[in-house]
Parts: sequence; structure tokens; C-alpha cells
Amino acid sequence: MALLEVSNLGIAFGGLQAVAQLDLSVEKGHLYGLIGPNGAGKTTVFNMLTGVYKPTEGNIVLDGKDITGKSPELISKAGIARTFQNIRLFSDMTVLDNVKVGMHNQVTYNMWTGILRLPAYKEKEHEMNREAKKLLEIFDLDGEANLKASQLPYGKQRKLEIARALATNPKLLLLDEPAAGMNPNETEELMQTVRSVRDQFGIAILLIEHDMNFVMGICEEITVLDYGRVIARGDGMTIRNNPKVIAAYLGGDD
Amino acid sequence: MSLKTMKKSTRSNLITFGIVIAFYLIVSLMSVMGMMTSSFAGQLVPICAYVVLAVSLNLTVGILGELSLGHAGFMSVGAFAGTLVYTLTFENTPLPVSILLSFLVGGAVAGIFGLLIGIPVLRLQGDYLAIVTLAFGEIIKNFMNALYLGYDSTGVHFSLKDSASMGLAPDGVVLINGAMGITGIKKASTFTMGIILILLTLVVILNLVNSRAGRAITAIRDNEIAAQSVGINITNYKLMAFIVSAVFAGMAGVLYALNFSSLVAKKFDYNTSILILVFVVLGGMGNIRGSVIAAALLTVLPELLRSMKDYRMLIYAIVLIVMMIFNQSPQIVSWRKKITAGFKAKRAAKKEKKEAA
Repeated sequence: MALLEVSNLGIAFGGLQAVAQLDLSVEKGHLYGLIGPNGAGKTTVFNMLTGVYKPTEGNIVLDGKDITGKSPELISKAGIARTFQNIRLFSDMTVLDNVKVGMHNQVTYNMWTGILRLPAYKEKEHEMNREAKKLLEIFDLDGEANLKASQLPYGKQRKLEIARALATNPKLLLLDEPAAGMNPNETEELMQTVRSVRDQFGIAILLIEHDMNFVMGICEEITVLDYGRVIARGDGMTIRNNPKVIAAYLGGDD
Repeated sequence: MSLKTMKKSTRSNLITFGIVIAFYLIVSLMSVMGMMTSSFAGQLVPICAYVVLAVSLNLTVGILGELSLGHAGFMSVGAFAGTLVYTLTFENTPLPVSILLSFLVGGAVAGIFGLLIGIPVLRLQGDYLAIVTLAFGEIIKNFMNALYLGYDSTGVHFSLKDSASMGLAPDGVVLINGAMGITGIKKASTFTMGIILILLTLVVILNLVNSRAGRAITAIRDNEIAAQSVGINITNYKLMAFIVSAVFAGMAGVLYALNFSSLVAKKFDYNTSILILVFVVLGGMGNIRGSVIAAALLTVLPELLRSMKDYRMLIYAIVLIVMMIFNQSPQIVSWRKKITAGFKAKRAAKKEKKEAA
């Protein structure tokens, strides 16, 4: 059984069918791409997978558990983490604290332990700091741990979002345009980081990206959406030569 | 651990405690040396109450990021509940126990109101939340203003009309007398009690802010959608901040009420809520130490300016504007940063020289 099984997923906003009849299967330890022209419904799919939108039809099953229409909080606990197209960091908090917030449900102690500074407080905070620093090292952010998130340059903010998502200890990581706004060097570096994250954590990654080199370079399977429907699926080569995909991107008669 | 190797937040908290304790020592010294004017001495307990109110409101407004305009409402229910307990117990229980009990009950009742108000209110956002909290404050004020409460041998009686309609037996005692409130309170609040309450508030709120729960609350302020996406239960943490904030407002209410011989609901109106909000905004949203200083200064200021007579409120307003500019104007803030950076650079250079030598 696959890690994530999406079947017949769809959502309509009033009369607009934004996504329809989407099937998707994600295996542990693999890298998947979700591409399509602007407005194809890619981010809407992410929003349904993470509970921001409730699908109007279909099912989402993660690791054998039905999570369709559950709240973002429960879905995070179930094991899906994400980043956002328009970066959503906790901008007035430090880089380290951003990651520690990500560990909210991983290293836990209750309110009173914090207020009364019981012995568990120190122990758990140490554990959090240690784990958070490990994650920051992976993304080369350990030097900036005490800066405010808003003080980071754009590329590093994107990386911090990924680090925060990983801190929730996910089974599936969703990246929404991770390379947006990065230069070719940064993109190249990010590709390697994403690959090594997959290898190191053994998780599945599903990403939306417009940078075709990036998608073709690391994704083992690519799904192409257009007007909310899947028009093609396969590896980079297959997608590149699919006439429907070319028509969707470049226009053409269909 | 030396002061330098300590975590930045820990050091900053210690400075805040230091300021409060220094204030206490200076005032105590002044009163021993007889340098205290009676008008200033009369301000001491209200100063403490306002500091606690400002710090607790900062948790809702600055740390959680929700604008609440009804803080005086929580102060009011806390004050009435606590004072009732005090008037009923102080004759037959040791005084410290009676006082402690009234603070606990005042805080608990305000906390319960925080929960009851918070459940519907925290579903709203921004301006809507502000308006509803404002309405809550007014409802509390008007309700307490109209409440008559008494007891006699047959039990507790209350009315919202007048004291006669309570139907008290001749042996009955009126506890809350409508707009006249509670009268004949034996004054119990002291400056020391006030300082202890401030320290308690600071310990709880600063420790909360620098813990897992506090990070969750701050994360909700910075980005609610992202906070949900990492598995934070938004409703629970908003409620937690709101309730803790209400509990301390209630305790501050008890401290304030036990400083006077009578307690009337009118005191806890819209103006008081706004005044507390002004302390928070002036001190800086989310800046706990700022709240402490702003609340203390602005409570004393009108008294200090008494000699200015007619110009008093004018100068008060000018001070408000100047403080606001000093704290918030981007130019001034960057200028202040430049100056402190200069100091730091000098210090670092000195240190380097020393190490080289």
C-alpha cells in the first residue's frame, strides 16, 4: 500500500470546478513533481492535502488513515508537512524558534512545566535546541540561528520554511515552488539539499515547481495538471514529449 | 553562568525583575527617610495594579496579537469577586489568609469570564474582536452598576432593580449596593503586596512566553495559517493566552479595590480599558518591560504635574506623543540603534585591546 492514496479528489468553489477527479499515489522515499500552467490548481491540491480547503469529493488516505477534510492541525499530526508559495514564516521570531515551533508536537511539555520551570523544561528545551540546530545545519542556517526570520535573505527564508516543515517529523513533505526567486546556483544547491533530505529522512516529497530543470532533474514521477485535471503522468522524458503537455504550456489546438 | 553567556531572553528578563526590585527599594528608602509626599504614597498601589494590568494585556495584544478593548471588564469582575470574599472573611479569618483567598477568587472568577468570553470572541478577528471585547467591558460595567446583592438568615438575595426588591429580612446585610457598589471596605492593599503581585505576574507571563506554549502563541500572531500547518491548536492557545491575561487582570482588580474604602463599577469603564491599552502601545507591543515602565510613568505623571495646574493634561498629552515617537518612529529607532551599536563597537574595541595587551 502506498504512503498517500488520493482518489477522485475534487473541489468546487461555487460554480468553478478548481480540481476534478484527481488520483495520486505517493510511495515512501520517492520524489514527485506536480506541474502545470498558472491557475491549473496545483496549490489548491496542496491546500486540500493539508486541510486548508475541504474537498467536495474524493478521498485522501495517508498511511492507511483517511484524512479527507480533517483540520490542518490534525493533518500535520498525521504526518504531512508543507511550505508555502508566498513564504509564511514566523517573521518576528528567531530562526531557531521558527524550527522549535515546528517541533511543537514532537517534543512536548505542558504549560505548567514551562511556567514553573520544572526540571523537564530544561531537559526538553535542550533536546529541542539540539534537534533544531541539526536541522539548521542541513540547510546551512546554523550561523543565523539567532537572527529574526525576517532578517534572512529570500533564498534562506525558503530554506528555513523547509527546515520548519521537517521539524514536524513528516512522512510526506509538500514543497510549493521551493526554487521560486532563486538564481541558478541557489537552485542547483537546493536540488541537492532536497535530494539529501529525502535520502536522510526517508520521506516522500511532492513538489510544485515552475523551474523545469529542477523538476526534471530530481522528480521520479511528474503529474501535469491543466484546468484542474490530470493531463499527463510519467517520468521527465515522457512528460517532455507529451503533446498534451506541450499544448497546455505553449498553446495549441486541441 | 555569568551575565554575558546567558541566553539573551533570560538576561532581558532579569533586567526587568531588577527594575521592579530597584523601584521597590528606592520607594521603601524614600518612605523611611520621610521623603515621600502623601499624594505619591497614595499612588503606589494603583501604580502596581496598572503595571500588572498592562503586562497582562500585553500578553493578549502584543504576544497573541489580538486587540482587546475590554480589559477593565476582567479587572471589574475580579475586583468585585475578590472584595466580596474579603468583606465576608476578614473578620473571622487571619488577615493574610483572607487577602490571599480574595486574590485567588478574584483571579479565578476573572479567568472563568476569560474562558466564557474567549470561546465566542476568539473566533473573530481584528476589528470585530476589538468591538466585541469593548461591548463585553460595557456590559460588565452596566451589570455591576445595577446589581444589588445581599444575604440574610434565609440565604442570598439579589436584584437588578433596587435594594428594597431584594426582599432582605431585617437582619439582612447588603453586600453590593447597585451603583454605590461595595462600601466600608477595610483597606488592605499595601505597596509590598503590589510589588509581589507584579513579580508573580512577570514570572508567570515571561516564563510562559519563553516556553513551548508561548512560542505557539507568538507563532499564531506571526502567521496563523503557518501555525496551523505545523500542528498547533489555534483555539486552545488563543484561549490560554486570553485566560491567563484575564486572571492577572482580575488579581490587579482585587489589589486596586482593596486599596480604597469603596468599590464602584463605574471605575472600570471604557476609559480604563483604553488607558491600559495606551500603556501597552507606548511600552511597545510584545515588550513586557516596556509595559512595566510605561504603566508606572504614566500613572505617576499626572500627580507629578499637579503643580502645573491648567497645563497638566496638555503636558501629559505632549509626553505621550514624544514617547510614541521615541519608541515607534522608524527614523528615531534607527538613530537609537546607531547609538547603541556605537557603544557596543567601542566596548568590543576596548576588549580587543585588552586581549592584545
